[in-house]
Amino acid sequence: MVLRSRWLQGALVVVLVALFFAAPYLVAPYYLALLAQVLFFALLAMSVDLMGGYTGLMPVGHAGILGISAYVLGYLISTMKAPVGVAVIAALVGTLLVSFIFGWMAVRTKEHFFVAVTLAQGMIVWGLATKWTEVTNAENGLRGISRPAFAVLQWQYYYLTLAVFLICLVLLILIVRSPFGLTLKGIRESESRMRTLGYDTTLHKLIAFMISGFFAGVAGILLAWYNMFISPASAGLTRSAMAVLATLVGGTGTLVGSILGAAIIVVLENIVSTATQRWTTIMGIVFVVSVLFAREGIIGLGMKLAQRRTGAVGPASPVAKGAPEAIVASVGSSTANSVPKG
Amino acid sequence: MTGNELVLQIFNGMTFGALLFLLASGFTLIFGLMNIMNLAHGGFYLVGGYVGLSVMIATRNFILAVIAGATAIAIVGVIVERGLLRRIRGQANPEVLLTVGLTFAFGDIALAIWSGDPRPIPNPPELSGSMNLLGLTYPTFRVAVVAFAAIVALTLWYLQEHTRFGAIIRAGVDDREMVDALGIDIGRVFTQVFAFGAFLAGIAGVLGGVFMTLYPGADWEIFLFALVVVIIGGPGSLGGAVLGSLIVGLIDSFAKVLVPDLVYFTVFAPMALILVWRPNGLFGRQS
Repeated sequence: MVLRSRWLQGALVVVLVALFFAAPYLVAPYYLALLAQVLFFALLAMSVDLMGGYTGLMPVGHAGILGISAYVLGYLISTMKAPVGVAVIAALVGTLLVSFIFGWMAVRTKEHFFVAVTLAQGMIVWGLATKWTEVTNAENGLRGISRPAFAVLQWQYYYLTLAVFLICLVLLILIVRSPFGLTLKGIRESESRMRTLGYDTTLHKLIAFMISGFFAGVAGILLAWYNMFISPASAGLTRSAMAVLATLVGGTGTLVGSILGAAIIVVLENIVSTATQRWTTIMGIVFVVSVLFAREGIIGLGMKLAQRRTGAVGPASPVAKGAPEAIVASVGSSTANSVPKG
Repeated sequence: MTGNELVLQIFNGMTFGALLFLLASGFTLIFGLMNIMNLAHGGFYLVGGYVGLSVMIATRNFILAVIAGATAIAIVGVIVERGLLRRIRGQANPEVLLTVGLTFAFGDIALAIWSGDPRPIPNPPELSGSMNLLGLTYPTFRVAVVAFAAIVALTLWYLQEHTRFGAIIRAGVDDREMVDALGIDIGRVFTQVFAFGAFLAGIAGVLGGVFMTLYPGADWEIFLFALVVVIIGGPGSLGGAVLGSLIVGLIDSFAKVLVPDLVYFTVFAPMALILVWRPNGLFGRQS
């Protein structure tokens, strides 16, 4: 969106997708694994963005939802020896069910309370993962979560991850551009106004939470297949916070920002972790700094720069489309992508 | 479960509840007055406890350890409120996310300084024995914690209901702008309340360090319980914090014995029920 020309944007996307497809021929296995990590982590970050960026309610427990899916899959495949297909369906159904319950609890609360409630939910999943030894094998985690027959090798797994990621990306783009997605943005900008206009905002938020949870669940399946292993750390609060940080760094409410942010966070974690043990400290500080000084994220800053250069209002901001929210947006902040205010 | 075991679990629940109250009361006070959800409150607890531990090791004086831990965290609280939160005042989402980031930084720095092993704070000699309570031998220290929490609760109640400062806070909870317009420096009141809440969290950390030990992750763990306390009791309500602390403390102490595999899960059900049926808690004002 930094680039004004649609042609250039399109060309950039084609080149990027082509590069991702060519990656197994271009890079060493270590980097291929890193790319796969970026992909499923970006999927988690986008699912966070759908709630936090588009709906204005930031979930800080999404690694827990991812964990539900990964653990259901892992338990069914490695402990119950269920067929992979059955396990995948069960994992996604389980995720939707848990998302429904978590969402039901969380969506009636105000935005900061929402953060706290989702954080608590994430912790509860993590608590179950660490203590419910019979099912989760505690800190040792579940091993031998076999991949589907067509994705056993590392490069096959990579392509599976890439394909799933792209499908989810297209679905998410369709969702945020649909009337439903526009309603979510309207709720973000002014919930009371949307309610006055006759929208059942609680229902919209609940459905958004379930959709968001579903994509987190898909990311959980990819994660479980990555090392064919799942442990409490993958479902923990640090992971949830990293997903939130990815959306903040990249730019909330843009989807693209979440992908960019996820790439940055994954790469940064890998670099920092080899140099020092203080990755969590650095993550916390980046978190605080980006909340204080860089609320629009990289995408938002890029758009601002592009606008300044052209001197015009710039390309249509993603918000100024739907009728009800155009009014709201003009009243609201000038940057459509900032973390919404109360 | 025999009668004695039952009484023992009730005592354990009450002592844990007393500790939770010390943490939750500051948390709920800050939330009620400033509308800030301070997720770093668990981080305050843990770092306060660790500071107390170091002072206890150095001086062998428990009172000094409590004061040092609480004061250190009160200072941290002032810095956080004045230096960071004030910049984004009134923006609920950024405020709460900032405190999330802080907790991770605090927890990890504490890990670097005090290592990852569980560290118990030594029992103060005067309170190290046990006493006979309803036919049960029970650690004196835990009884003292309950007594202390009761004193704090009464003091807070008196402060809130019968002093000028309390009146300002109650007015501030209802209408911040109005208090400001009356010529009261609400910004200063915010800082004081935030520092006071942090101070209580620091005390809780040192006391909790004695009978629950300090370890990485204890920050989020105790925060989860404090949060459930506030959800049950209702944000901003002191009475709610007392009741919520007792409920959560008792649930947890029985859960640890009856269903040890499901420790956090057991506070999940009451939290879910309250959120769905009474989103503002049992004592909170229904808006």
